[in-house]
Amino acid sequence: MNKLILGRYFPGDSWIHRLDPRAKLVAAIYFIFVLFLANNWQTYVFLWLFTTAVILLSNISIRTYLRGVRPLIWLILFTVFLQVLFTAGGEIYVDLGPITISKFGLINGFYIFCRFIMIIFISTVVTLTTKPIDLTDGMNALLRPLRKLKVPVDELSLMLSISLRFIPNLLDETQKVMDAQRARGTEFGEGSLVKQMKTLVPIFLPLFVSSLNRAEDMANVMEVRGYQSDVKRSTFRQLSWQQKDTISLLVMAMLTVALLVLRSNGFGH
Amino acid sequence: MMSTTVVEVENLSFRYDKRLKENILSNISMTVDQGEWLAVIGPNGSGKSTLAQLLVGLIEADSGKIRIKNTVMDDTSKWKVRRHIGIVFQNPENQFIGTTVQDDVAFSLENLNMPYDEMKFRVDQALDLVGMSSLRHHDPSQLSGGQKQRVAIAGILALKPSILVLDEALVMLDPKSRRELLTVLQNLKRKENISILSITHDMNEAALADRIILLESGKVKNCGTSEQLFVAEPDLEPPFPELLRRELLKRNRNIPNEYMTEEEMVNWLCKSRLTV
Ligand SMILES: Nc1ncnc2c1ncn2[C@@H]1O[C@H](COP(=O)(O)OP(=O)(O)O)[C@@H](O)[C@H]1O
Ligand SMILES: [Mg+2]
Repeated sequence: MNKLILGRYFPGDSWIHRLDPRAKLVAAIYFIFVLFLANNWQTYVFLWLFTTAVILLSNISIRTYLRGVRPLIWLILFTVFLQVLFTAGGEIYVDLGPITISKFGLINGFYIFCRFIMIIFISTVVTLTTKPIDLTDGMNALLRPLRKLKVPVDELSLMLSISLRFIPNLLDETQKVMDAQRARGTEFGEGSLVKQMKTLVPIFLPLFVSSLNRAEDMANVMEVRGYQSDVKRSTFRQLSWQQKDTISLLVMAMLTVALLVLRSNGFGH
Repeated sequence: MMSTTVVEVENLSFRYDKRLKENILSNISMTVDQGEWLAVIGPNGSGKSTLAQLLVGLIEADSGKIRIKNTVMDDTSKWKVRRHIGIVFQNPENQFIGTTVQDDVAFSLENLNMPYDEMKFRVDQALDLVGMSSLRHHDPSQLSGGQKQRVAIAGILALKPSILVLDEALVMLDPKSRRELLTVLQNLKRKENISILSITHDMNEAALADRIILLESGKVKNCGTSEQLFVAEPDLEPPFPELLRRELLKRNRNIPNEYMTEEEMVNWLCKSRLTV
């Protein structure tokens, strides 16, 4: 549980930490698209420089980012492997009919590998440097236009923020119930799969019951404190767009220009 | 001094299962004055929490009336009424909606669509009243149960209410937090003239109230000052000074044969020369 980096927040006060969540979200999403402009080694080197710079600016050790990649590494390698096998062109090293390992295949595979890693790094930068509640607010602000299409954006983000608020409680409770079961002689993570599944039932049942009780309490509290879902609410948590947020988007624009200049045009390499 | 009545309950009856004839609450009538501290006591299942839920409009009475600050509580008026009356429940964990202390206090203000500057002002004020200003940026995992209950109270105070209902809000707290919270409540009553309706099992806490209502099987069995009530209800476990007085009486000490508050008892003990 402690190893999971994706979705975790690391408190800090770096330049990136202090950016507006909206700026971070927009920049990160934009980055994923702009990656597709890269098509030669110059552009990839440039993107790597950019990614490294962002990581350094976040003031969180590179090891943390590498741990974020770990759960996904097999999926990435598998995709890269397929890419290598099914891309033809250039010098051929291994030839098994339709399946070949060629020079272009290897290069392409490597590029795709880089793309994956950079996407993970950049999105991890966002989640590591932004409080979940700020991310929720940022998303809420960015999705606001969808309200016109009757998407309940505010309700969804309130739901999300309340869920986020209760995750630690749920983990705590799970721990307590597991300890209680251990005290009664249950051994977790031992025996056959069926047996292990069976030990989980007495954990989920109490958790389920307590969650229902909690939900009822919460609903009462929200109602007495005047929450009505169809009524306009103001927001106490304010996002403030600052100069550095504009700068960060300008940097993204400059990145685009640089990639356009560096990339090779036309077909073939 | 004229005191104004802020809560008026008239012949209130309620049952959860409408198919049954038996009422959970039957014919309850009571009032709470502005600035009054009223304790509601009674055995488990006597309908105390049900009464509290009726008072804040979470459930609707089958017959009878609730008037809060001269507004009759019904399905449409309840949203307005809730600006005047707030409730704190037993479990501190399940009452924290915001991600930080100040977010949580602001929740009820956000629901009124209040402009930011006014919210900020009211949140600061409410946090100050419960002594939580310095912890405004803390998240719930960093707070004790007592602190969470104080935040819940601040969330209600931000609305500038007249009545605060506590449904066994101190039960899950340790003795120290309990004492601290009681001090906060006493200050609110004194300085802000807020009425407090506190449901409790703790007779020492009930003895702090101006008046006590004793519920039994959904009916008001007795009502009065702690002095009247504990003398009239010998079955009730009395608060500590009264226990001590009865014990001393049994041992033939010449202690006055009438109810004494904690203060009176302390004074008497200091003046008398007790020999063991
Ligand atoms: N949601 C409910 N549905 C049905 N019956 C209930 C419900 N809540 C409480 N009761 C019943 O109403 C009676 C009064 O309960 P309650 O008001 O919680 O008592 P108290 O708070 O004094 O312990 C009890 O007999 C209880 O079983
Ligand atoms: Mg109760």
